[in-house]
Amino acid sequence: MGRKEENIRKAKELRYIPEKIRNIGVVAHIDHGKTTFSDNLLAGAGMISEELAGEQLVLDYDEQEQARGITINAAAASMVHEYEGEEYLINLIDTPGHVDFGGDVTRAMRAVDGAIVVVCAVEGVMPQTETVLRQALRERVKPVLLINKVDRLINELKLDAEQMQERFIKIITEVNKLIKKMAPDEFKDKWLVKPEEGTVAFGSSLHNWAISVPYMKKTGITFKDIYEYCKNDDQKTLAKKAPIHEVSLNMVIEHLPNPKEAQRYRIPNIWRGDINSPLGKAMIECDPKGPLALMVTKIIIDPHAGEITFGRVFSGTLREGQEVHILGMPKPYRIQQVAVMVGGDRIQVEDIPAGNIAAISGLRDAYAGATVTSIPDTDPFESIKHISEPVVTVRVEAKRPADLPKLVKVLRDVSKADPSIQVEINQETGEYLMSGMGELHLEVTEYRIKNEHKLDIITSEPTVIYRETVKRKSPTFEGKSPNKHNYIYVEVEPLEEEVVKALLEGEIPENVKKYKKEAAKKLEELGMSREEAKGVFGIKGTNLITDVTKGIQHMNEVRELLKQAFEEVCNAGPKAAEPLQGVKVRVVDAKLHEDAIHRGPAQMIPAMRNAIYGAMTLADPILLEPMQKVFISVPHELMGNVTREITQRRGMILDIKNEGDMSIINAKAPVAEMFGFASAIRSATGGRVLWSTENMGFEPLPDFLQDEVTRKIRERKGMKPEPYPADHYAG
Amino acid sequence: MLAFVGIGLHDERDITLKGLEMARKCDRVYMELYTSVMDMDMKKLEEMIGKKVEILSREEVEEGGKIIEEAKEMDVCLLVPGDPMMATTHVELRLRAMEEGIETSLIHGISIITASAGLLGLQIYKFGRVVSIARPYENYFPLSPYDRIKENVKAGLHTLLLLDIGEKPMTANEGMEILLEMERRKGEGIISADTLIAVVARASSNDAMIRAGYIKDLMKEDFGSPPHCIVIPGDMHFMEAQSLVKIAGAPENILKKFRRDN
Repeated sequence: MGRKEENIRKAKELRYIPEKIRNIGVVAHIDHGKTTFSDNLLAGAGMISEELAGEQLVLDYDEQEQARGITINAAAASMVHEYEGEEYLINLIDTPGHVDFGGDVTRAMRAVDGAIVVVCAVEGVMPQTETVLRQALRERVKPVLLINKVDRLINELKLDAEQMQERFIKIITEVNKLIKKMAPDEFKDKWLVKPEEGTVAFGSSLHNWAISVPYMKKTGITFKDIYEYCKNDDQKTLAKKAPIHEVSLNMVIEHLPNPKEAQRYRIPNIWRGDINSPLGKAMIECDPKGPLALMVTKIIIDPHAGEITFGRVFSGTLREGQEVHILGMPKPYRIQQVAVMVGGDRIQVEDIPAGNIAAISGLRDAYAGATVTSIPDTDPFESIKHISEPVVTVRVEAKRPADLPKLVKVLRDVSKADPSIQVEINQETGEYLMSGMGELHLEVTEYRIKNEHKLDIITSEPTVIYRETVKRKSPTFEGKSPNKHNYIYVEVEPLEEEVVKALLEGEIPENVKKYKKEAAKKLEELGMSREEAKGVFGIKGTNLITDVTKGIQHMNEVRELLKQAFEEVCNAGPKAAEPLQGVKVRVVDAKLHEDAIHRGPAQMIPAMRNAIYGAMTLADPILLEPMQKVFISVPHELMGNVTREITQRRGMILDIKNEGDMSIINAKAPVAEMFGFASAIRSATGGRVLWSTENMGFEPLPDFLQDEVTRKIRERKGMKPEPYPADHYAG
Repeated sequence: MLAFVGIGLHDERDITLKGLEMARKCDRVYMELYTSVMDMDMKKLEEMIGKKVEILSREEVEEGGKIIEEAKEMDVCLLVPGDPMMATTHVELRLRAMEEGIETSLIHGISIITASAGLLGLQIYKFGRVVSIARPYENYFPLSPYDRIKENVKAGLHTLLLLDIGEKPMTANEGMEILLEMERRKGEGIISADTLIAVVARASSNDAMIRAGYIKDLMKEDFGSPPHCIVIPGDMHFMEAQSLVKIAGAPENILKKFRRDN
């Protein structure tokens, strides 16, 4: 039996012993080396040839990923590692570093309990290090640190041993500052990373070695030795003495929690049901005999096997042939096959008990974020919050009109496999619109549609997605139902900033109807008046609706309809039919018809829609545009070319730092102006540039562009060029 | 001038003579058909009136601009099922027309409000508030009708239940299901499978159907095509009980409860 087969056999056995399982993710800023690192782990575990690791990039299994040299999908793989005479099963998820694929990182964090944060020793902590760390900590995923590319400090930057140590301390301090800032209160101190405790490793994933303080003690290797090996160009020996997989997996087993430990504190954070119910107890205990509860974290459309659903089993045991429910779907489903992932291979097994990551076929209607369970009427898992929302859209057409039905199916599959891709049909124009996190994200998706789904498509130039908000409080606006027998009185105003922040961070339960008290309490703490906090009956994105009326007969019967209208408006505001951000809607009064038929959906929804639109129109509505942080590192002499490129794009230089002979430029710029930046910056610098971007939310579009952009969006959407005045909505 | 003309319950021949004369006299004749279900033969109706009848959608009637503009210049009439202002919101249109200085008039039609009582032999004096049963939607399941029924039941009054028309007219069977669902949600013991009710189907047509009995029995019956309505009788005068038995086939044992010598 080969080593790989042997491993597969062991992995199958270990899946029943939660204490021997670690579910971990590898996260990092782009190009800090996590995929090379992940491959070395697999190679070390005998899953791929050690010589090839670092080149083979097994986890970059997407053809495109290998071509572009970045990891696009969060791939999963299991391996077996021996530590102090015991064998452990490591379920590893590698995640993308590029900002456009951040949604995948967020979802992967739900599946794991611990994370190896990889930071490049040369570049240090980068903005995306902060982002991925936040995503991990929010999910209560415990971090350990790997400082990578240490050899480059010695061989390229020519640092001496002391300077090298200083560099390490700086990185560790910065990482701990972030952990302290973002970790849940109970872990703020416990989860700090400390070299002396063994939660930090130093190494080179490319050269396949790493070292930690405990490993130094055990083997007698010192920092000085490392320095010498690197300097003398003998990292091969180092890799034999301190293999990276050995050192980092030891760290994982020693310091990252097993599923049983982790679920105890993670479950209350991701599931709002009753912890004392049988399901609650089973999940807290990671009980394989309890009711089944699985959360779907990813779907892959495999050209041969069809749709594969990945998810974390939190309780119970997933079995072949089992009947399960996807919450929200009317009918039960039968599980066809269950499997564990080993590199690119799915190894079919009969069952997967609590605490593991499963690959399932036969769950047709599953979607990332779905709760799969053996009991139909239970509370779902909290949806996975991803802070960054789509900001760029293209129109998509099938090249041959006959392919239209196929286009519809392919677009649906694509957005199922990558929930950060949103697809919608423009009702006015009948166009298909595909939105994503950035230009690259959409290019990659387009490539997939053409090459994997074999569908020829034409896409338009990308356009950005704006937001609408209001600058001030509106007067009371009266909305009438079409039959004029129902009036609804509404005021809108900017939502308190603290509340907007909390909504973005997912700190307020989404289901305000069910968790009314909890939500009201939180909102009051954030500065809303008690009256408003208690009246909140709908939240959509960063917008909120509250009912401050008192004693109006039949109000409770129409409230859900008002909420439905509010949600419609949140998707398409009055200015340019773009989504709303940070708007508070107050229902202040209503006159309702006695008879239920005369105040049904066809009456109340238009009444409320007009009331909100009208009020917004009188509250100085404005457009917000998406912004990006831009980090650029270039040789000093080319800095001028770069700053010019930024300022031409309405960008703002925030800060310039010098590191050796490089300048590190920190800037921000509107996404709308950043199209084509990749090739522009390359030609401006002759390719001698490293850069990355990160979406940073929305800011008001400058005044001089408001009218022009509004008109352009409206024309593109087939609407009349000017927004309507308020009296249009008075009916 | 704007005239609202009732066209009654079932077909083109339910309109009153006055209504027909008004329609003939008007320059423009419109009709709405969204407030009830009728078995209208448009060709015959147009022959009777002697001009074209244009059917307006709910949106067109509610928006009302076209009707009002035309009524400023000529005589316009809007044909409305039943009695024009019963269980409709057309009074708003009339008020708007009056504000515009347009002369308005109203010509009655026969209405289910009285026809149902008449068909069943129930006395109009003993009816409580009329209640509509709205078709439930995902976000809309009004329970206020239950409270109205409860008030009527407590006061010993009969309740006429009008059933939603919407896109697909509600049958009495669906109405009964909804009543039981309301009871499940409210749980105040007002309606059960043993509640005595009466169903009127296609009033004023040749195949009108009138049935009284317990919900559990009537739920299994087929009343044919809509429109249907339901009546929940309250305390009955002995004559009313006898009518329900003789006209509507109610179980005879109800006579024991509502006796002459009681």
